[in-house]
Amino acid sequence: MSDTHAQSVAYVRDTFIAEQAPPTREAGAVKWLRENLFSSIPYTILTLLALFVIWQLLSGFLPWLFGGVWTADSIRGCREVLDGARGGCFAVLTERWNQLLFGFSYPSSQYWRPTLALVLLFVAVAPVLFPDLPRKLLIVTLLYPFTAYWLIWGGTILVPLVALLGVVVGYVAFTYAERRGFAIGLLAAVAAAAVVWWMGGLAAENGQFLLRLTPVQSRDMGGFMLNMILGTVCVSLSLPFGILLALGRQSKLPIIKILCVAFIEFVRGVPLITLLFVANVVLAYFLPPGTNFDLILRVIIMITMFASAYIAEVIRGGLAALPRGQYEAADSLGLDYAQAMRLIILPQALKISIPGIVNVAVGLFKDTTLVSIISMFDVVGMIRGPILASTDWNGVYWELYGFAALLFFVTCYGISQYSQWLERKLATDNR
Amino acid sequence: MTSVPDSQSDGSGGFRPSMLLNDTRYRGLTFQFVALVLIIFLVGWLGMNLVSNLAAAGLNISYDFLDEPAGYDINQALIDYSSRSTHLRAALVGVINTLLVAVLGCITATIIGVTAGVLRLSKNWLVARLMSVYVEAFRNVPVLIWILAIGTVVTVSGANPREFLTRGGAVEPNSELILGAFALTNRGFYAPSVLLGPGWIAVLAALVGGIVGALLWRRHVRQTLFKHGKLLPGWPAWAILVLPALVVQLVLTPVSLSMPDVASNNFNIQGGTLIGKPLIALWLALSVYTGAFIAENVRAGILSVSRGQTEAAAALGLRPRRIMNLVVLPQALRVIIPPLISQYLNLTKNSSLAIAVGYADITATLGGITLNQTGRAIESVLLLMLFYLVISLSISAVMNVYNASVALKER
Repeated sequence: MSDTHAQSVAYVRDTFIAEQAPPTREAGAVKWLRENLFSSIPYTILTLLALFVIWQLLSGFLPWLFGGVWTADSIRGCREVLDGARGGCFAVLTERWNQLLFGFSYPSSQYWRPTLALVLLFVAVAPVLFPDLPRKLLIVTLLYPFTAYWLIWGGTILVPLVALLGVVVGYVAFTYAERRGFAIGLLAAVAAAAVVWWMGGLAAENGQFLLRLTPVQSRDMGGFMLNMILGTVCVSLSLPFGILLALGRQSKLPIIKILCVAFIEFVRGVPLITLLFVANVVLAYFLPPGTNFDLILRVIIMITMFASAYIAEVIRGGLAALPRGQYEAADSLGLDYAQAMRLIILPQALKISIPGIVNVAVGLFKDTTLVSIISMFDVVGMIRGPILASTDWNGVYWELYGFAALLFFVTCYGISQYSQWLERKLATDNR
Repeated sequence: MTSVPDSQSDGSGGFRPSMLLNDTRYRGLTFQFVALVLIIFLVGWLGMNLVSNLAAAGLNISYDFLDEPAGYDINQALIDYSSRSTHLRAALVGVINTLLVAVLGCITATIIGVTAGVLRLSKNWLVARLMSVYVEAFRNVPVLIWILAIGTVVTVSGANPREFLTRGGAVEPNSELILGAFALTNRGFYAPSVLLGPGWIAVLAALVGGIVGALLWRRHVRQTLFKHGKLLPGWPAWAILVLPALVVQLVLTPVSLSMPDVASNNFNIQGGTLIGKPLIALWLALSVYTGAFIAENVRAGILSVSRGQTEAAAALGLRPRRIMNLVVLPQALRVIIPPLISQYLNLTKNSSLAIAVGYADITATLGGITLNQTGRAIESVLLLMLFYLVISLSISAVMNVYNASVALKER
């Protein structure tokens, strides 16, 4: 081709021009800056505004953070050390560290117990969170509630042991009786577990001193530990209840449906704080005279009710999102309701619901701070009550609120990042 | 399966009791019956406990306490209230205060949320990152901590009213006020208040008339466009909206403003209206907290409209503003509005934390002081729940109507 042109036109270039570097404004950092920060006049103004805001924030925050005092015995001590310079009084955190984490009446010689329970919590949830881990670790997860109860509340090991035994016996009874139908299996499991618990209760009465840890009363729980206890217990308990409520709401049986709808709408319609008022001042009226539930148990009941209504709505969304074909396929295989739900519907519906469930869990964990309003001493309650009210630390707001905010931020942000990771991992639609 | 009926498959066989458990036609009835009996027993048991507990404590269920004098003061009340008013009146003040902070909070949260949501999608890297930090910081920290922290900021800010006088000097005493009308003092935020003189009804009527007229003009514009293909200008709608009320106001001047005034009193600001610090703190905290959630909803809504829609509209020759108004927004709003309304609901419910900054909402009056003073725990908490339930159910009713009206009409 080029030969023909060589005769018909005066000049044809037959070599490439050497590659040149792009103009400086179209390459590297300059190009990035031009495209992302200064692409037009309004954007430039926005960028400058943003820079100004960042400067304002950092110029206030960094000297406060890095100029802070970490050892002093009171706010006056801090002021002496600072001597007018700008800096935070972080000494309150070091001095009240244990109070912030464990509350003010958990026996200090026993701090290792909740700490160990926290470490074990990570081991126990790991196999649930990461499906690639060996399945045998699930045994740790199964044992965890009983271990954690024993570690945190103390007392003889017989109590959690009997509880565990009841669960195991119930499970065995269920597997044997399930052949005669799911409902009968469930009944058999409950009956067997109840018998074991009743007999075990008698045994535990007599064996008070077997492997005994110093018992700690519920009212002595406090600090961030209380938030963690309430958060984990209520989220784990509300999942099964939420599933049942969601199934009930989707059910074709009118009475069950009405009951579930009424419960869900009622609980979702009132703020958590009113339910906590119920736990604090009203619930006792509805229990048999003479029973003395401790406050933490009443609060757990109410928060679990609250969370299960929200989780039920999330799971209902997951159930509704499943194509009808899945229900019909289960029917056509001849599965009964319990089998269809357990084997076909719920695994898929729960997978769809994961982001929503995590949202509810994060929201619930944040809401555990509300117990400070009914004068329980969680981390916010500790800050508002004993610490800020003491003459030593009255006035140290930012360090304390910042610390509490940081604790929650790390936990909640971690959970939501995990949920996004899991969503990507579980995504089966090959888009 | 044991549940497979052997001879009853045609439904003509006799009824045996075992079919109540094994036959799917009757099993549902059995389950419901059992559930109903269990629930009745549970409720009955709780009721019996309640009766015996009340009898043991010498109490009864009675709402008479609502008519007794409350005996406590409320720092911010929109209706007449003194410590001699009844508990019912106190509860009413609380209701109004709750609604006030909820409405104010919803408005500002929407503004903050929409701005942050749009800016987070901005191509400006710095602004988008800044907004991400804002959203994550507020979404992942409990609202109670934000309310307390912002409450502390608001409490320590603001100067003594006397300082306005000393700084402003004798000649221009009000010069230190922001725009001559607003002042942040250690008591709260002073703003001009609206005084309704005789004849303010006329202004209101003119305003309503203006709104109706503006809507009619827009309809007229649309009809002429569809019938004759002629596009009339849109600005007369605004003129029709504003002018009648403005004329009535200028002629009769029934509505006037009361300006905060430093000079007339040495110790306090006179005139204007005082927005108390608790209200400001709660309002601000709820707005920025809920704004972070709304920002995420807005972002999701905008992202849900596929790029193809914008490109198709551009290919049809629509101008950018019309693309936004006619193509993108209607589709994005369908996604944004339902979660937006549930955020409003959340904000209203979160306003029950007012007690943490000392704002007298319904939870603080009825569920707090009244409950503690009278000891009427069951009645107070019941009324409190009823109030929130009514609000929630009415908001979800509105939401259902809206959802039905914008739902995709398929096939």
